[in-house]
Amino acid sequence: MTDLSNPIPTKPPRSQWLDIWDQFKTHKGALWGGIIFLTIVVLVFLGPFFWSIDATFIDIRARNQGPSLAHPFGTDQLGRDTFARMMAGGRTSVSVGITAMLLALSLGSFIGILAGYFRKLDGILMRLTDLFLALPLLPLLLVMMLLFREPLSASFGPERGIFILIVGAIGITSWMPTARIVRGDVLALKEREFVLAARSIGTTNSKLITRHILPNVLSPIMVSATLGIATAIITESALSFLGLGFPPDFPTWGRLLFDATDYLQQYPERVFWPGIAISLTVLSVNYLGDGLRDALDPRIRGR
Amino acid sequence: MLTYTTRRLVLAVPTLLFISLILFLLLELAPGDPMAQVPLTVPPDVKQKMREALGLGEPMPIRYWKWLVQFFWIEPQVLVDWIFGTHFSEGDLRVISWQTRSPVMDLVVQRIPQTLWVVGTAYVVGVLIALPIGIYSAYKQYSFFDQAGTFVSMVGFSVPPFFSGVLVIVIFAVHLGWFPSIYDTTHVVDSWDSFVVQLKQMIMPVMVLALQITAQISRYMRASMLDNLNQDYVRTARAKGLTEYTVVMVHVLRNSMIPVVTVIALAVPAVFGGAIITEQVFKVNGIGQMLIVAIQANDLPTVQTLTFIFAILIVLFNLIADVLYGLLDPRIRYD
Repeated sequence: MTDLSNPIPTKPPRSQWLDIWDQFKTHKGALWGGIIFLTIVVLVFLGPFFWSIDATFIDIRARNQGPSLAHPFGTDQLGRDTFARMMAGGRTSVSVGITAMLLALSLGSFIGILAGYFRKLDGILMRLTDLFLALPLLPLLLVMMLLFREPLSASFGPERGIFILIVGAIGITSWMPTARIVRGDVLALKEREFVLAARSIGTTNSKLITRHILPNVLSPIMVSATLGIATAIITESALSFLGLGFPPDFPTWGRLLFDATDYLQQYPERVFWPGIAISLTVLSVNYLGDGLRDALDPRIRGR
Repeated sequence: MLTYTTRRLVLAVPTLLFISLILFLLLELAPGDPMAQVPLTVPPDVKQKMREALGLGEPMPIRYWKWLVQFFWIEPQVLVDWIFGTHFSEGDLRVISWQTRSPVMDLVVQRIPQTLWVVGTAYVVGVLIALPIGIYSAYKQYSFFDQAGTFVSMVGFSVPPFFSGVLVIVIFAVHLGWFPSIYDTTHVVDSWDSFVVQLKQMIMPVMVLALQITAQISRYMRASMLDNLNQDYVRTARAKGLTEYTVVMVHVLRNSMIPVVTVIALAVPAVFGGAIITEQVFKVNGIGQMLIVAIQANDLPTVQTLTFIFAILIVLFNLIADVLYGLLDPRIRYD
């Protein structure tokens, strides 16, 4: 028997997020993934404040140098510092990844919630999802790059135009998995008692969705967010690698890798830096997603 | 089963039509002009006539309809003519490439064997590697082998083909010099030595593609095996005194293969898509490389046809996956 004479709990109540953090910590791969991803993000965004060489500064006399103290990753064929270019490229790649993920996520969650919550919309929205899933995505992305590059570059400037184009293109071609997962969860949640209770006290549909449904589908959304970043970074690099991404003088990791393949025979080490950066980022994000999936699932917590 | 298959088939038609419409409308917006390379000395009215001869003067719905007819009616006739030596398609207008002024489907037929060789071999190799890995890591869950398998498939997911491809070129072609870095498609296999050469040049692209496939399929295989290993029928089988081999390889494997087979079918179009990049890395002149060149040259009919071929592949393999699932698992047929 527990002592009921003192009903005041001795420990302060633990928040839900603390429990999630405790579970997350036990997954070593996810913890390291998170640390590495954060390090990469901090490095690419804050690095330029500490690294004085500009990514576009051309020092033709110092071209094609190997790693040294002045240039830790060496220099390229125009004498530009590879370390600075890697940070500039990472800034673009990571921003494209995060923005495209946010776009795909909001689109996917919106459609998923609508389809799961309103029975009338379910059929048509899920057919739409199926149709999008049947589209050949990479060829279609390439076609979109071909078609909208000029008009968008003209109206927003070359860099911002391509950024909008790539983020938009990746966003509207990768929302489907999120929508399906969210719809499934919403369908199950809708039948629960607390939704019935909320409805019986006269909660409107919009309040019901924002207050009761959305917080409960947050965990699948967060997991697909991490996976979304990974796919978006890979897709952007693939487009840049095929020569249909950002303009040549504007570094991204995919573009750096593509440029380095021209010098594969002479300077094979040059392909490593961007390649490793892409792979490491995606790997860490994938592990992060794996750990989040476990941490956010209360059924396996505490095991 | 027949009604199930028919229902799936009927659903595939509007999907394909919708995709073709999307592609057509997208390419309507394209800035390219097939007359761009015609000399300036050609007067504008002649140019206009040439444009009309290409079918560009008509309103959009009519052109869409004509394209559909060309693609779904004339091209199959050409195929029939080619196989049986008949003359159904004589005098009919075919989809013409703006680059070479020859029918797009002829170019595709020239390119497809290279893609099929590389992608097909990679797929078979990838699946053959993935299945044992998946089975064994599920059977010994959380063992060292399982952890290593998880890590390898995570790497397979995370290392994009344009890096792994370049990496194997640096290691095996530049440093070790074992394999050629460029795939020679004119190579003819007619003796043992030329077969070895063919094998050598195929190893790297096949391995790069196979890594991606293995990563994906072994995960599914493992998850599906794990779902089945804790089922009651497994305990029954063990209680009957069956050997461990029979329990795992016959009872559990057959049931876990149901979702995996469909995943194997579903992943085929994705591999064709991924082959675009691998072909570019290893300079294989398959249909993926043809698409990239056509995009760079603004050759819209070729782009349209190729993208649509990819779409047909996706819809076809979705259909195959659905029908396979219905065949293997009678519970989901609903009839």
